[in-house]
This record gives sequence, structure tokens and C-alpha cells, in this order.
Amino acid sequence: MPESRLSTPLRAVLLAAGLLLSSQVLAIDPQDFESPAQEARYWALIEELRCLVCQNQNLADSDATLAKDLRDQVLEMMVAGQSNEQIKSFLADRYGDFVLYRPPVKPATWGLWFGPLVLVLIGGIALTFNLRRRRALPAQVLADPDQEELDRELAQLEAEREGKEQ
Amino acid sequence: MKLTLLLPLLAFVALGVLLKSGIGKDPTLVPSPLIAKPAPAFDLPLLADQEQRLTRDDLLGTRYLLNVWGSWCPACQVEHPYITELAEGGELPVYGLNWKDEAGEAKRWLDYFGNPYRANLYDPSGRTGIDFGVYGAPETFLIDADGTVLAKHVGPLDAQIFAETFAPLLTAEPES
Repeated sequence: MPESRLSTPLRAVLLAAGLLLSSQVLAIDPQDFESPAQEARYWALIEELRCLVCQNQNLADSDATLAKDLRDQVLEMMVAGQSNEQIKSFLADRYGDFVLYRPPVKPATWGLWFGPLVLVLIGGIALTFNLRRRRALPAQVLADPDQEELDRELAQLEAEREGKEQ
Repeated sequence: MKLTLLLPLLAFVALGVLLKSGIGKDPTLVPSPLIAKPAPAFDLPLLADQEQRLTRDDLLGTRYLLNVWGSWCPACQVEHPYITELAEGGELPVYGLNWKDEAGEAKRWLDYFGNPYRANLYDPSGRTGIDFGVYGAPETFLIDADGTVLAKHVGPLDAQIFAETFAPLLTAEPES
């Protein structure tokens, strides 16, 4: 058996990577796909469907038996020639929009879709007003500073400070 | 100027009210889109005798509870005495949907704990469960005589939940 040319640390890293990848692969049930395109579509679809049992996971990640059943259902519908929209509405009809990680835009979800944008707008407007005001202040005082004026201002400020300290 | 100084306080209070309103709610409860809609059609073998089948349309004309259970489900044992009490009360027939179970195990479970169900639909693949939007046993559906889903409860049923969730809907006369 020839000596491995890989250094020990490199071998360790490769082993760790291999172990990580294998657990990733084992979490998925083996499916027979008709084409790589179908497989890609399947993955993209179950990535954006929520598992109802462990609700912060999608169908692709979840090991719950219901998630497996729903994955089978999705694949079966894909093989039967149904569109992504048909599959999503099949699930939403049964489990509600909650099952969709990308919920449809409708009055009940306006807050979800446009809320962050509204907050950014409000923040932006507030920031703009604030910056304008700040910029306006020094511009007025120091519009055309000459030495005399600066001395006068300085003297006044010092007088004020002394007045406070006494 | 005074008002803008108060803004952070107001925002804080508003956020407080918003967050307070969420306390005590169960975030894992998923509202069912089936309420007030026709129950999904089913056609399943009976657990006791798989030669016989029961369909949704067979049950038209009866208002009934459909209780989703499995012998693998500890919470189903918790609600079992109350389900039995309800079934024995006789006002509302209780049908079972034996979900993602194995017939032998399910029958043993019923022999051991008692069988309160008028009949049990046998759904080992869980497909009918998916049609009903079931995501964990036990779940209980109240289905009207015209086949409309009136209400759904997720989790073990007890007298208080029945009084709050189902009883108010029962005072109305069944349609058809």
C-alpha cells in the first residue's frame, strides 16, 4: 500500500468534511429523479416549504415523518406533471399559507411584506431631517468668518463659561 | 421639540403593547384553512375490518367528531378518557381517524384502553391526514351534517376546551 502524500492535518480536515457531508446526505431520503433539472426543481421547492412539526425548519431539512410524507407528496405531484404553483396551493389549501416560507402578497400579509420597507423609509426621512438641521446650524454662524467676529464669539463663550463657573 | 423627545418613549410603549399581545399564545398552532369549508373527501378502509370502507359522503346527514389518533401517540392516551366520556354521552358520534399507524398495534391499543369510536378510518399512509391538514395527533374536527368543517382542535381534548371550542357551535341546529 503506497504511503499517502497528504499531510495529517489535511487528512483530518478531509475526514471531517466527509463526515459532515455524509450526515447531510443521509438526512435525505433517496429519491429517483428523472433528470437533474427535476432534482434541482424538487430541492428548490422543498427549500421554501415549511415543516409543520418543527416549524423553524423547511421540508428539506426536517427529519419529521410528516416532512418525509410531504416530500413524497411533492415529488409525486411533480412526477404527475403538476406545476410548482399547483403543488404550493395544494399544501396551502390544507395547512394554510403558513406552510409557504414565501407567503402570498395579500392584505393580511402586507405588514410582513411592506413593514420593513416602511420602517426604512421612516428612518431615512428622520435621518435626512436631522442631518439637514445639523448642517444648517453651523453654516449660519460661520457663514463668512473673519478674525474679529471669531474673537467676539470666543470672548462671549468664555464669558458665559466663567459666568457659569462662578 | 418636547414631542420629539417623547417619541422614543411612545415607540417603546407601542412595542411593549405589541409584544404583550403575543404572550400566552401558542406560536406552534397553525390555523386551519378548512374551517367553514367542506371536509376533504375520504374513502378509507375500516380499522376493524379492512374489507369495509367508509367515505365522507357516507357520513352526510350526521354531525360528528373526527378524532385523529395513533397508538404511537402519548397525548392520545391523555385525552382518551374524555373522548370515551364524550362518546358515551351519545350526543355527538365520535369517529376515529387512525393516522400513520399499524393495524395490529392500533387494535391492541383499543383493546387495552377501550374503543370509544363508532368506527375507525384506517390511514396508514397518512394521505387522508394530509388532506385534513393534520400535523400531529391528536387533532379533533367537528364536522356538520352537510359535511362542513365547523371547528378544529389541535392537542388533547378536555371538557374545558370542548366547552370553549365546540359547544358554542352545537347550539345551532344542524343544517340540512
